[in-house]
Amino acid sequence: MRPLDETETTVVFEKIFKFVGNNLKNIVENPSHEGPEPEPGRYCFRLQKSRVYYVSESLVKRATNVSRKSLVSLGTCIGKYTHAGSFHLTIMSLGLLAANAKHKVWLKPTSEMSFLYGNHVLKGGLGRITDSIVPGDGVVVFSMSDVPLGFGIAAKSTQDCRKLDPNGIVVLHQADIGEYLRDEDEL
Amino acid sequence: MPALTRNKKKGAKLQTETPPLNRRTKSNTAPAKSHKPPLKKQRKGISYEKPEVVSNDDEEEEEEEEEEEEEVSEQSDEELGSDFSSEEEEDTEPLADDFLGGSDDEEEEGTLGSSDSDSDGSDLEKESKAIDEEREREERDAKDELQMNIKEQPDEFRLPTKKELEEEASGPPDLPALQTRIKEIVRILSNFKDLRPEGVKRKEFVEQLKADLASYYGYNEFLIGTLVEMFPPVELMELIEAFEKKRPTSIRTNTLKTRRRDLADVLLNRGVNLDPLSKWSKVGLVVYDSQVPIGATPEYLAGFYMLQSASSFLPVMALAPRENERVVDMAAAPGGKTTYVASLMKNTGIIYANEMKVPRLKSLTANLHRMGVTNTVVCNYDGRELPKVFGQNSVDRVLLDAPCSGTGVISKDESVKTSKSANDIRKFADLQKQLILAAIDLVDAESKTGGYIVYSTCSIMIPENEAVIDYALKKRDVKLVPCGLDFGQAGFTRFREHRFHPTLEKTRRFYPHVHNMDGFFVAKLKKMSNETKASEGDEPVETKEQAQLSSDDDEDDEPKQDTKVDENKRRTPISKPNNKGDKNKNTNVEGPRKQKKKRSQWKAEIAQAREDKRKVMRKNTKEPGRK
Repeated sequence: MRPLDETETTVVFEKIFKFVGNNLKNIVENPSHEGPEPEPGRYCFRLQKSRVYYVSESLVKRATNVSRKSLVSLGTCIGKYTHAGSFHLTIMSLGLLAANAKHKVWLKPTSEMSFLYGNHVLKGGLGRITDSIVPGDGVVVFSMSDVPLGFGIAAKSTQDCRKLDPNGIVVLHQADIGEYLRDEDEL
Repeated sequence: MPALTRNKKKGAKLQTETPPLNRRTKSNTAPAKSHKPPLKKQRKGISYEKPEVVSNDDEEEEEEEEEEEEEVSEQSDEELGSDFSSEEEEDTEPLADDFLGGSDDEEEEGTLGSSDSDSDGSDLEKESKAIDEEREREERDAKDELQMNIKEQPDEFRLPTKKELEEEASGPPDLPALQTRIKEIVRILSNFKDLRPEGVKRKEFVEQLKADLASYYGYNEFLIGTLVEMFPPVELMELIEAFEKKRPTSIRTNTLKTRRRDLADVLLNRGVNLDPLSKWSKVGLVVYDSQVPIGATPEYLAGFYMLQSASSFLPVMALAPRENERVVDMAAAPGGKTTYVASLMKNTGIIYANEMKVPRLKSLTANLHRMGVTNTVVCNYDGRELPKVFGQNSVDRVLLDAPCSGTGVISKDESVKTSKSANDIRKFADLQKQLILAAIDLVDAESKTGGYIVYSTCSIMIPENEAVIDYALKKRDVKLVPCGLDFGQAGFTRFREHRFHPTLEKTRRFYPHVHNMDGFFVAKLKKMSNETKASEGDEPVETKEQAQLSSDDDEDDEPKQDTKVDENKRRTPISKPNNKGDKNKNTNVEGPRKQKKKRSQWKAEIAQAREDKRKVMRKNTKEPGRK
């Protein structure tokens, strides 16, 4: 386990910024209640076995006892580095992203299951959408009852979505909670 | 031939005519008339019972009978008329054949049919009376037979002989017969004094029961033998039957993300039939049936609940972790209990979730992330190494849900019935003993809010449960405290030849046939101090000796004990707190020589004491022999 170096940190922050925008500040400076100390500490990012974790500092301190071979996970895993060297956010970061998301999309109940199977979000399944979405923005997908279902990249801006035909893709799927069942091994 | 039979019949009829005639003349005509409608039915009934008996030869007889009966019918009431005659006909035909056979019924019917002329009313009366009597007799006979049968079976129950057993063994098992035999034996055993057949020992019944249960339900000898030793026959049957069925599916609400009421509403909308689990749990729900797969709803995927059996709630409830504590879960996968601990701690403090098997780590991490647990560090160690990794006396609470034989969850996994042997149990017991010592060493006795260890298994075997706790009580300075679970049976304090510490009644056992959850064992220990007990061996003599010695040599004992302990358990840190100030340092310098001397002295004394004890034992054993 080691802290992220400069390039890695920039890459990770960029990805997160797409989803949360200025709330990135919140994420980094969130007081954390984990750890046995009564006063809240801070969060930090750590890299372990090509996975990036978002952990509270007190946890990090205590996890130093654990050897590198045996440490499997700390706090929340937010993403991993592929062999090629690019960084992808995984579904396990959903909690963090959903709490701080700037761009949100709500799905109709009928198309929830389709998204959970890994399909993209079509115009016909769209319930609500926040304004001022630019293509290429990170979007967090919710159900109508505000349950976070996953996230993806916006394919069209909000304006264009209105003009789109029902089968047009609105959000390109990146990760969804159905992966806990479908791709257990990948996680 | 027909002529002969006819004559015989007629003769017989004539013979039998007179008594009924006498009877009938005594009775009145009026009642005879009132008898008639029922008469009809009776006659019909009787006649229809024996349609088969009709044969070709009877045709001639019929004609004769008809003539006679027509006379009777003319004389009788209009109602009966032709019916009557036809009934009579049919009666006589079977009568003709049966008479040759010679049964009671036939004689009566013979009299019936033979009632020719004389007085009409009296004939009918006689007939009706005879029919009534016949029916009564039949009923009585039937009852007697029934009672005979009922009485005969239990009285006649006997254990199958060797030959019969061999025959059974050669073919496929006859399941209904096995089942009746099992029931019979259980019935006899449950009241052996009164119901035992003579000369048969209880043991033979028990052996036969074991064999039958093993073949009927598919257990291996070892397992069925241990179950028979643990439970009385009736309860044993209940337990085995309960193992055949599945326990109800239950889920646990994730209080980090939702409340039970809200979750129940959402699931009900999806078409899941559920109820709160029971009054001892505020987060449990039991699922009766569901239109959607309960393990794949969007709510499950979003981490609102966890599929968890009710028995798995118990050790976490016993542990009762508080916020901002340090907790270790030594065998955490797949993470049901760990996530429950985290939700009780509200994501504060720190949980170390350890799992030895690599394939199970994925499911553990996935569950932790799904449920939104952020205060956990997952590591991959053998549980016995954890005190080395985290340091001794470093955490507040430890949860040890030890790997076990799984005899309590036979309803989930039938292979346990056949795959577990005495050897397996012993291996598990050894592993569990080592793990519990490691768990105890991890806990800090001086923790402000904690100092507790909860040990649980999903097994009902005594060597894996009570024996392990007893071992821990002997080896470490811990004591049992109430689990906080008021339902559940108290653990055994003694069993066959074993005698456990009396406080073991504070542990709790759960059974499928009593509590409708998987077989489970939970024990809660409190660590009293960070010292380990000086290697108290299994023989009480040694401990006595050590106690005497320690009372003699106070100061010098501590370093000695430390070194002894060090040999066994690499426990250098503990010797440090025992070194207080200069005194001990001085003794330590001289220590090695003195220690060697005293150790050899000790050994001699111990050996002497053992010899003495053996002599005493020999004397004791000899005396009863002589008597």
